[in-house]
Amino acid sequence: MIGAFVIAFREVIEAGLIISIVLAATRGIPGRMRWVLLGVAGGLAGATVVALFAERISDAFEGSGQDILNAAVLIVAVLLLIWHNTWMSKHGRELAGELKAAGEAVRSGQREAAALSIVVGAAILREGAELVLFLYGLVASGTSGADIQFGAMAGVGAGVLLSAVSYLGLASIPSRYVFSVTSVLITFLAAGLAAQAAQFLANAGVIDVLGRTVWNSSALIAESSWPGRVLHALVGYTDRPTALQLTVYVGTVVVMVALMQWVAADKRRAVRTA
Amino acid sequence: MISRLSLSALLLLSLGAVARADDMPVIKVEMRDGVIVPAVIEVPANARFKLEISNTGQSPVEFESLELKREKALAAGSTSAIVFRTVDPGTYDVFDDFHPEAKAKIVAK
Repeated sequence: MIGAFVIAFREVIEAGLIISIVLAATRGIPGRMRWVLLGVAGGLAGATVVALFAERISDAFEGSGQDILNAAVLIVAVLLLIWHNTWMSKHGRELAGELKAAGEAVRSGQREAAALSIVVGAAILREGAELVLFLYGLVASGTSGADIQFGAMAGVGAGVLLSAVSYLGLASIPSRYVFSVTSVLITFLAAGLAAQAAQFLANAGVIDVLGRTVWNSSALIAESSWPGRVLHALVGYTDRPTALQLTVYVGTVVVMVALMQWVAADKRRAVRTA
Repeated sequence: MISRLSLSALLLLSLGAVARADDMPVIKVEMRDGVIVPAVIEVPANARFKLEISNTGQSPVEFESLELKREKALAAGSTSAIVFRTVDPGTYDVFDDFHPEAKAKIVAK
């Protein structure tokens, strides 16, 4: 029972932490809850489909189907997160100030919320397929006792609860600072997802460069330990990064910071000439 | 738009990466409710091979190697494969993420 609890809990918080950051980052956008719930529902439906067709997906592309699918899902999420941070560096202050003049920001905020609902869906699709397989396996096999099933469900509940607590923690940051905090969190989150996508492409044989492992910090923080898993979900920590993962990670951070600076500077110019 | 473009680029790239599967050695691994058989999985180093994993138990399993950066979840009764392009000679830890007590090693030589 403890085993089932731990596994379900772990799988839920991996997606839950991403969702809590997205929720905090969309504060002030009206109707965002609907979009996030839509993302959750879409992600769960997608995860179920992936779990059902796991074998056929794996066999596609000469056994690389799962890697290609994972990479594609992650790349979509990364592109939308880059777009989100760029958008926020322009409109974040208006949303934070809750000004009536933020009408324009709110209108384009709908598009923004829609994009983040896709990020939520992608996070659940990526992490959820394993959870669906695990939970469905427990229930469908019929051999696991009620205590194991209870443990798994309690794990899901505890994972949702911890995600909610981390959202409330982020949401309690004063609105003046909340978008600065979520921008930093989302930058590292996106870089971590991009590095994972690069590794999936390397596993599929699509990328065949920079495969060398740069360091091994598994003795310091093992990726399979609790701190390792949380850091992996939040900032893409891996204890044996390849040169490719490192390059893509740093490259994503640089691109995101440059875009944010550029848009913010552009806005200052526009304000000055107006 | 950008994402659609990159997706199609990705698909094209992956088509290019597809190679003949017939000449690949297939190494079979069995996972059964917290047991991995064999405990020492011998694979060829620096060569393509296919690891065919069967879950013959009653519960779901997840084959995982952090060192090789591979994972695969399998429902009870299902079989699936991981294709490795190249593995350096050495010993790599493998475990079942859904049954943490189940451990094995991949030995590449």
